[in-house]
Amino acid sequence: MWEKVQNFASEFFVTGDPLIYGADVSIAVTLIAVITVLTYFKKWKWLWSEWLTTVDHKKIGIMYIISAFLMLFRGGVDALLMRTQLAVPEMSFLTPDHYNQIFTTHGVIMILFMAMPFMFGLFNVIVPLQLGARDVAFPFLNSLSFWLFFSGAMLFNISFVIGGSPDAGWLAYPPYSELMYNPGVGQDFYIWGIQISGIGSLMTGINFIVTILKMRAPGMKLMKMPMFSWSVLSSCIAIIFSFPILTATLALLFLDRYAGAHFFTLDGGGNPMMYINLIWMWGHPEVYIIVLPAFGIFSEIVATFSKKKLFGYKSMVYAMMIISILSFLVWAHHFFTMGSGADVNAFFALTTMLIAIPTGVKVFNWLFTMFRGKITFESPMLWTIGFIPCFIVGGLTGVLLSVAPADFQFHNSYFLVAHFHQVIIGGVVFGYFAGLYYWWPKLFGFKLNERIGKWAFWFWNIGFYLCFMPQYVLGLMGMTRRVVSYGWDKGWYEMNLVSTIGAVLMGIAFLFQVWQIAHGVKHRNANLDTTGDPWNGRTLEWSIPSPAPHYNFAVLPQVTDQDDWWERKLRKQEGHATPAPAKLEPIHMPKNSGIPIIMSACWFVAGFGFVFHWTPFIIAGLAGVAISMLVHSFNYKTDYYIPVDEIVRTEAKKGRVTG
Amino acid sequence: MKLSKAYKRLALVAMPIVLLLMTGCTNNIIVLDPKGPIAEQQRDLMVISTILGSIVVVPVLIMTAVIIWRYRDREGRKAAYTPRWEHSTKLEIIWWGIPIIIILALGVITVKGTYALEPSKPLESEQKEITVQVTSLNWKWLFQYPEQGIATINELKIPNGVPVRFEITADSPMNSFWIPQLGGQMYAMSGMAMTLYLQADEEGEYWGSGANFTGRHFADMYFDVESMSQEEFDQWVDEIKATSPALTLDGYKKLVEPSTSQVLAFSSFPDQLFEMTVTKYATSHNHGLSTGKQDKPQGQQEEEEEPSMDHMGH
Ligand code: HEM
Ligand SMILES: [Cu+2]
Ligand SMILES: [Cu+2]
Repeated sequence: MWEKVQNFASEFFVTGDPLIYGADVSIAVTLIAVITVLTYFKKWKWLWSEWLTTVDHKKIGIMYIISAFLMLFRGGVDALLMRTQLAVPEMSFLTPDHYNQIFTTHGVIMILFMAMPFMFGLFNVIVPLQLGARDVAFPFLNSLSFWLFFSGAMLFNISFVIGGSPDAGWLAYPPYSELMYNPGVGQDFYIWGIQISGIGSLMTGINFIVTILKMRAPGMKLMKMPMFSWSVLSSCIAIIFSFPILTATLALLFLDRYAGAHFFTLDGGGNPMMYINLIWMWGHPEVYIIVLPAFGIFSEIVATFSKKKLFGYKSMVYAMMIISILSFLVWAHHFFTMGSGADVNAFFALTTMLIAIPTGVKVFNWLFTMFRGKITFESPMLWTIGFIPCFIVGGLTGVLLSVAPADFQFHNSYFLVAHFHQVIIGGVVFGYFAGLYYWWPKLFGFKLNERIGKWAFWFWNIGFYLCFMPQYVLGLMGMTRRVVSYGWDKGWYEMNLVSTIGAVLMGIAFLFQVWQIAHGVKHRNANLDTTGDPWNGRTLEWSIPSPAPHYNFAVLPQVTDQDDWWERKLRKQEGHATPAPAKLEPIHMPKNSGIPIIMSACWFVAGFGFVFHWTPFIIAGLAGVAISMLVHSFNYKTDYYIPVDEIVRTEAKKGRVTG
Repeated sequence: MKLSKAYKRLALVAMPIVLLLMTGCTNNIIVLDPKGPIAEQQRDLMVISTILGSIVVVPVLIMTAVIIWRYRDREGRKAAYTPRWEHSTKLEIIWWGIPIIIILALGVITVKGTYALEPSKPLESEQKEITVQVTSLNWKWLFQYPEQGIATINELKIPNGVPVRFEITADSPMNSFWIPQLGGQMYAMSGMAMTLYLQADEEGEYWGSGANFTGRHFADMYFDVESMSQEEFDQWVDEIKATSPALTLDGYKKLVEPSTSQVLAFSSFPDQLFEMTVTKYATSHNHGLSTGKQDKPQGQQEEEEEPSMDHMGH
């Protein structure tokens, strides 16, 4: 009996590596610490009713962003481990198996569990405020999306200590990801972690499209909508068309592994190339899904900190919509070397290059927003200025990659690794950081220390160039991606060492950011944002107090202009009378619900069952999902009204007089 | 603001180091140091497209710096400030126009290059081409020379100045066959044989590698490449024929088993080994190569097709 348990445990838990034991211990310690603190301060109830069951888009957004930061940490540790391994030739810090798992989890976590939730966090926090709305279109669904993402992320992350992590790269190409070559449970964790959170992503996409189309404040025509909201719309359109492809593709891979189907196997009529096509039909749009909102953020920030209207609003809108559509027509540029023939390659090379045109236009528009502006350099603007040259260079190398015959030499090399990190870090990560710094006061009601922020900025930037510029050279020296080590004979020594130093600098930069946030929380009372408009903003979110009250707007704003808030401020300055505030009315709000978190937990159980082929878990989990849905369907007490006197009190506390 | 000076100094120190390192060891940048016609044309394409791209990128980078510097907010600034200026048809036409023109030029070059450098297109040459059949195994490369009747592991020798027709497949997860100084890569996929023409124009030693991740010892899939005169090549073939063992079917099955390998040579190999490797995945024929893993549904048997050497599925 005991032996059986032991055997089981040694297969169930990942063993044999000091790093893993270290992680086990730290996970256990953290869990115990969290539970102790919550119990000691009697915070369980508060946690449940204020956060875990909330349907408030702002709180959901904050939970997304916290998760994203945790995942940035995990993905960043992965990155540092890899860079340590690659620092010098013939290093044996990580075994090949371990390295393979780490580049896989790093990629998956960074894209799906860091960038996506960071982005959804910003959508959640800002879009309803920018639109002058009280919440998203479907608040319950929104909460469910978050918890599905969270369950998926956790399921993926526990593979680290239970069962073993996936090791087939972030896109899990078959046949390597099939049972034949990959019999462990790692790939199943991959499939279910992504599937569960992917459903959440799809629902978020739908939710925000409806929110943007239906919930805008009266008078806000589409062509008066703030640019960030436009970017969210374009991103969500790409989400609703691409995520179903991902779900279907992974479902087929799952059937191959679980039920012995032959969709992508080499035998039984399967074809791995089909998977590669399908996964990139999602994968390429995915990279635009995450970068478009960053473009939106930069557009808002450039205008605000140049104190000038965004240049070329219309062409910005067209450019984003064109990118959103074109991103579905370029997927094969990820495998020019599959031998599809000159016709196919030429077509996809051309469509890829076409995307450079609207992207280039956006850069010009940002530049000409600054042109004849009055630029100041607070954190959000610094990140934006860091972004522009980085993205221009990354865009150039992207165009080089799209030259199909040349890509035969770039493909799968470090040149590619350098390129996508340059556009992803320089574009997406810098963009979300910029957004976070920009909207931080709105989220939390206080400002962050600018000096620590500048340290973080410079460390990120210098670290970035040190880390990734040498990798372009390494690619041209013939170094392929995903290699665990290399010999002395290739002459890759210096570049790799520099690259690792750069990575360490970025690690330090991250610590500066953590410090900045801790410092901000500690000294928050000295840095309160009492105006609600700390940057002299232009759009509606700055018209309400910081942090926004839970109903957002005491009275829904009547919009007349693009940059409505800015225009209102100007009119006031010019001495026009401000219209008397409208009469308050009770506000209709959605009620909290525990169902999303419970249902997602059931998904987690079912996913776990699928991973280990434990049928009772699968049945229990899916039954729980079905029951949660039923319970929700028969729950009619889903909303309530905030009475007028409570609104008056809340507004007064935030220093606002109401009519 | 003492500190901000410190950052600037830091940046000033860091940047030259990067530049120095980037230019310091050019002799290793093998992709830019081609030794054959394909790699050479690919290098030229890289250079041309970089120059074309730079025509836009460099001025834009300079413009960025100038704009940020000139329009920064400070006391006594003379530069204009026009907070409502947000549209100019003329300007917007210009910068939809500039990228369109550059992309048009690049597009023409790319399409031409794509057809010219289509990997399966035979190279024009006075010399008669030789064929090398390449199989990616876990984790080693098998090279078969059907015309010479020999085979090697992890070592590729080719006659200089002669077009080489590589036929590429995999008896492993998908890999990619890459010899940077001779030309770009091509996927090695089970169940199909891809064609890639390369040629070396200079005698010398190069190397190649697997470029698509295949698992545990992926990083060991390097192989030596040597381009030598026709006489030396013939001599090498004769020597292998005289001194090396034969590769048997059982020997091949051993090679397929996951392991790394040293350089090996074989004086002969089983007839049609490469074709069998390809077709054992492409059809339900087993050709004595079955690994026993393929459990096929009954109905499959009827759908047998002629084993095809073509690239299936596109
Ligand atoms: C912060 C500094 C970062 C460093 C130092 C870093 C480093 C690395 C390294 C060393 C690899 C493995 C290369 C290989 O072995 O082929 C890698 C792969 C990857 N990284 Fe990062 N990375 C960073 C940030 C990011 C971010 C922010 C993202 C995305 C949002 C990202 C996405 C990826 C992806 C998708 C891969 C490919 C994984 C695969 O090969 O399947 N990385 N990164
Ligand atoms: Cu792509
Ligand atoms: Cu193919």
